[in-house]
Amino acid sequence: MLTIGLTHYLVVAAILFTLGVAGIILNRKNIIVILMSVELILLSVNLNFVAFSQSLADLTGQVFALFVLTVAAAEAAIGLAILVAFYRNRGTIAVEDINSLKG
Amino acid sequence: MIYAIVFLPLVGFLIAGAFGRWIGARVSEFVTTSLLLVCAVLSWIVFFNVALGHDHGYAPIIGNWMTVGALKVDWALRVDTLTAVMLVVVNTVSSLVHLYSVGYMHEDPHRPRFFAYLSLFTFAMLMLVTADNLVQMFFGWEGVGLASYLLIGFWYQKPSANAAAIKAFVVNRVGDFGFALGIFLVFQLTKSLTFDEVFATVPGLEGQRIQAFGLDVDALTLAAFLLFIGAMGKSAQFFLHTWLPDAMEGPTPVSALIHAATMVTAGVFMVARLSPIFEYAPTALEFVTIIGATTAFFAATVGLVQNDIKRVIAYSTCSQLGYMFVAEGVGAYSLGIFHLFTHAFFKALLFLGAGSVIHAMHHEQDMRNMGGLRKDIPFTFAMMTIGTLALTGFPYTAGYFSKDAIIEAAFAAGEHRTTAMIGFVSTVVAAGLTSYYSWRLVFMTFFGHRPDHSVAVNLSDDGHAATSDHGHGHDDHGHDDHAHDDHGHHAPHESPLVMLVPLAVLAVGALGAGYVFEPDFVGHAYAEFWKGALFSGEHNEILHEMHAIPAWAGYAPTAMMVLGFLIALYVYVLKPGTAQALARAFPRLYQFLLNKWYFDELYDFLFVRPAFAIGRLFWKGGDGAIIDGLGPDGVAARVADGARLAVRLQTGYVYHYAFAMLIGVAAVVTYFVAGGLR
Repeated sequence: MLTIGLTHYLVVAAILFTLGVAGIILNRKNIIVILMSVELILLSVNLNFVAFSQSLADLTGQVFALFVLTVAAAEAAIGLAILVAFYRNRGTIAVEDINSLKG
Repeated sequence: MIYAIVFLPLVGFLIAGAFGRWIGARVSEFVTTSLLLVCAVLSWIVFFNVALGHDHGYAPIIGNWMTVGALKVDWALRVDTLTAVMLVVVNTVSSLVHLYSVGYMHEDPHRPRFFAYLSLFTFAMLMLVTADNLVQMFFGWEGVGLASYLLIGFWYQKPSANAAAIKAFVVNRVGDFGFALGIFLVFQLTKSLTFDEVFATVPGLEGQRIQAFGLDVDALTLAAFLLFIGAMGKSAQFFLHTWLPDAMEGPTPVSALIHAATMVTAGVFMVARLSPIFEYAPTALEFVTIIGATTAFFAATVGLVQNDIKRVIAYSTCSQLGYMFVAEGVGAYSLGIFHLFTHAFFKALLFLGAGSVIHAMHHEQDMRNMGGLRKDIPFTFAMMTIGTLALTGFPYTAGYFSKDAIIEAAFAAGEHRTTAMIGFVSTVVAAGLTSYYSWRLVFMTFFGHRPDHSVAVNLSDDGHAATSDHGHGHDDHGHDDHAHDDHGHHAPHESPLVMLVPLAVLAVGALGAGYVFEPDFVGHAYAEFWKGALFSGEHNEILHEMHAIPAWAGYAPTAMMVLGFLIALYVYVLKPGTAQALARAFPRLYQFLLNKWYFDELYDFLFVRPAFAIGRLFWKGGDGAIIDGLGPDGVAARVADGARLAVRLQTGYVYHYAFAMLIGVAAVVTYFVAGGLR
């Protein structure tokens, strides 16, 4: 019988984190995917917090996870607002077309 | 009184210069002119007291200028006979020129500035002649140079006037450099710059030698030579004369005051003032004679063919200055000053007369476009004739006493020295040439017929007028104002009374100055007149020897004068057209003279172009390539290169920045993890 321990949680979190990073770096099409990937990274961090909280019997980690969720929600709201404004200005949200910072 | 004489023009300058804009032209004219008239009257009083009376010279010290170690320079106003003579010359001519300018410049919008400059010039000239030490003399010397520059370039809208002003200034710098070196050497030798102390020390220095420029030379000769270089620059002597004819770009009253009567004679004055030094430097005196003789001859030949009425008189001035230096070169300092004195009258008269002609002709200066003016402006004609008679040395006019005496003195000195004989020959020849070009001027201007204006350019008498006269800008300032004057289209008109009175006064001087003052300056009253203001060596008996010359030498200048007159009469009145025929017969000679012996071209080739080349080398090579290239420009270029590389890193893609961030995070984590393991 497989016991799901701390290690499994950490592995899942690591996979989620890697997926998020890969989503940011490899994605060339849609800026919404980048926002989603950021959410994914934050979730993986949350998972770590909760897992360690349970494992170490310390509630601080779970409290912290709630704060992170709040911040993530705010960040998503702001990100989407910027996105809409940007779309109105440029008519596109393809990542490849956004290079105004090019020197 | 001497304070008033020297500083009233300064007051006039400050009033007209600082407040001319508010008090207006009329008040500026009135203030400066009346102050100068006061000065002139006071100068004559000083002259009668000091020169003709029994007052001894004095030199009141105004204050200390600077004291640096052994060098002590005071402001002082030295008054002796030599100064008194110069005061009379400067203030008389200056006041008359002020008065004349009221009429001559009446259309000019910048009259306050003009009168301020004139007064400034007068002040500087007075500082020069009253100087009691070499430094104060140099102060006045530079002051008149500045005023000359300002007045030549008075019509600053004309490029030719600006060029002439700069040329005058630059050529004078060459001379002033020599003068400054001379002052340094005098201080080095005598440890003083005050005239009395210098003159007291000089006899003991005879024969002393110094090392200069790798040569072993006689110290006093070198000092006198360097000082004379300064005189050459200021007095427009051969090699440094090129600025004087160009200076005719200035208004005509300026030419009369500065470039005929006063400033250009400063060199003559300086040599006379420093006669104790020159007397102990016979080699330098021979150089003075040679330069003077060359100038007298050279300028007279050039004057023969010039067509601009003012240029003819300018070359005449140059030539007469040569005479003065010949006189001083043979040791007859008083003769040089005497000629300076008489020359100031008749040359200022000629210049102001020429100004009156130009005024009458509505600012036309080319004599080929004049003619027959004696009926239109009879008074000016009479005055010009008097001036010409005095200049050519007609018996009993001013020039007869001073100029012919110089020639006699040169002959007398010629028995000891070859250079003086050269001086004699060239001055006699120049006397004939002087007579010719002076009468040529009168005949071309006042006799014959005036050519029709519309065809004058095409029918000009030698066919290349258009090329030869380029750049010699005419005095055409204010021409437009004249066009709608109410006295007819281009009819010549006599000048207003305010211009004619100065002419009449100067004419009296031109006729009588020689006869009246001859005994004092050079005759039997010599000693009690000069009272030791001029120095003569023990063996210098020139003023006696000149009376013991053969009769033919005494009559030679008069004979040459008559000859010159007759030739001019034949060429220009009896048989018009001879001049053009002569010019065609000797084209090379004619071109040579018309182009002033090609001095301007020579200097252009020798000095101006190399100077430009050196300037360009340092500008493009030194400053542009080396300093800017290695300095600011180079550093800036390298920074820009680095920035261009850094710019390539900025792609603008979000995922690139994210990737870079990730790499960074990974590196930091690795560092701390690896560090934690240890």
